[in-house]
Amino acid sequence: MCYLTTGKHMAFYGSFGTVLLLLAITAPVALAFGFGGAMAARSRVAPLRWLGKAYIAVVRGVPDIAFFLFFVIALDQLFEWLRHQAKCPDWDAAIRQGNDFVVCPAAKLPLSSSPQIWHEAYGFSLAVLTFAIVFGAFAANVLFGAMKAVPRAQLETAEAYGMSHRQTFWRILVPQMWVYALPGLSNLWMVLIKATPLLFLLGIEDIVYWARELGGSKTPRFTDYPHGDWRVYYFGALLVFYLCFTRVSEIVLGRVMKRLTHGQATMGGEAQRKAA
Amino acid sequence: MSCWDVVADYGLRSIGIGERLLPRDDFTLCKQVVLIGSGMIWNVYFGILALGAGFFLATALAVGKASKVTALRKLSEWFIFVFRGSPLFIQFFFAYFLFLALKSVSPLFDPFSAAWLGALIVLFFNTAAYSGEIFYGALLSVPKGDIEAAGAYGFSGWPRFRRIVWPTMLRLAWPAYTNEAIFLFHATTLVFFSGFPAWQQRGDALYYASYFADKTFNPFVAYPILAGYFILLTLVVIAVFGAINRHLNRHLPQEHRAGVRYRPNLVR
Repeated sequence: MCYLTTGKHMAFYGSFGTVLLLLAITAPVALAFGFGGAMAARSRVAPLRWLGKAYIAVVRGVPDIAFFLFFVIALDQLFEWLRHQAKCPDWDAAIRQGNDFVVCPAAKLPLSSSPQIWHEAYGFSLAVLTFAIVFGAFAANVLFGAMKAVPRAQLETAEAYGMSHRQTFWRILVPQMWVYALPGLSNLWMVLIKATPLLFLLGIEDIVYWARELGGSKTPRFTDYPHGDWRVYYFGALLVFYLCFTRVSEIVLGRVMKRLTHGQATMGGEAQRKAA
Repeated sequence: MSCWDVVADYGLRSIGIGERLLPRDDFTLCKQVVLIGSGMIWNVYFGILALGAGFFLATALAVGKASKVTALRKLSEWFIFVFRGSPLFIQFFFAYFLFLALKSVSPLFDPFSAAWLGALIVLFFNTAAYSGEIFYGALLSVPKGDIEAAGAYGFSGWPRFRRIVWPTMLRLAWPAYTNEAIFLFHATTLVFFSGFPAWQQRGDALYYASYFADKTFNPFVAYPILAGYFILLTLVVIAVFGAINRHLNRHLPQEHRAGVRYRPNLVR
């Protein structure tokens, strides 16, 4: 059917790739943010601990969509401001002029002369960073709980063997915490999948953008394939896509959990041992 | 113009009372606080009605999912899977365009394509599915001894459910249900960012916050105000649900009472 292979439809299919790419990049970055946050929250230095706990509490207490809208502008302005300070030290006009944010032309990001692809890449990386900051807080919360769940006796044994604080952390605590963290992290992965349509709000041409674009009424003047308002069907297709994606993730994560609990001194591991 | 005049002009702007036009210049702190606060009316409206109605459907779904009748069980399972497995954002879009398509069939569906009813229905189904799953989990962990004791006292069928099973289920589910309620209030901010239009610019708190952020190109004022309002709302929800939790657990000895811990780890 020719209708489904028009150039715009190809872009629509490509945008599924954009979503998957975002997920693939965001997940490890958010995990790194979460690890940093969890380490800060259990640090022995008080200001660092407060910083880590405040990061977790504030991001989780406020609607995530507000953060998406906030960080995209805030990060953009932050980067431009930093470049402005570095590149144009003798610029004396104020940056905030009433309702405008003005930096010198050399500090603009991306440069107004750069090709379209850089503008898109910059927007995309801002989106990734925003997702990583928001989901990093959730991951930090999960990892913080997991670190506390590792039996105290394990750490005491390590200390009795003369390991330093750092050695105990990296060699005993971190390898053991994953099994406690996995239920929370897999929940977080589901949540991350379900947050991807919000990309649309960040100005990325993602699947929601194309579904609206392609589904709207078309007159014969502009296209060979005129049709009425088909947006219901396009969004129905997106609904099915997300349902399948979460179902597959559920099954895969279930298998991973089964493998990880094998031989662990937890209820799940005990049940596996009895069943065998 | 003092701040009280601003309150008089914009305090109820989101429900169409007061000044018609949104401020176009001179975005004072007072204007931002008042207008974003005015938008909170919609967040509270959606949250309370969806939670109130969703509670009953959630109970029905939990009982249905635990039922022995295959048709009932499958129906509840699919309902819960569809609403928990897909993003709320897509659900809003889908529902909006569905209602638009139905509108051309019959004028009966006119109010459904407006946010106050259409979005409310989506939120109602969504929270019912999430809380239904929570209640189902709690239903399975009602102690066996309680049900046997009820049988020994001659309870069965509806009276047993009403007097024994249901209160215990609620008691067990309440901490998780509190988090669900908090997240539902957060989810109400999505309404005006999906298909549903804000008629005459009567939007919710986030709608006004993003309006100010766009106009002033300064996100550092409007969004923290919004965050402050939501933290306040979260504290109120915790207080109300905590009071209900104490009521549900009042028969237990003091040290066995589980407090509600604020531990949200789900978003839609």
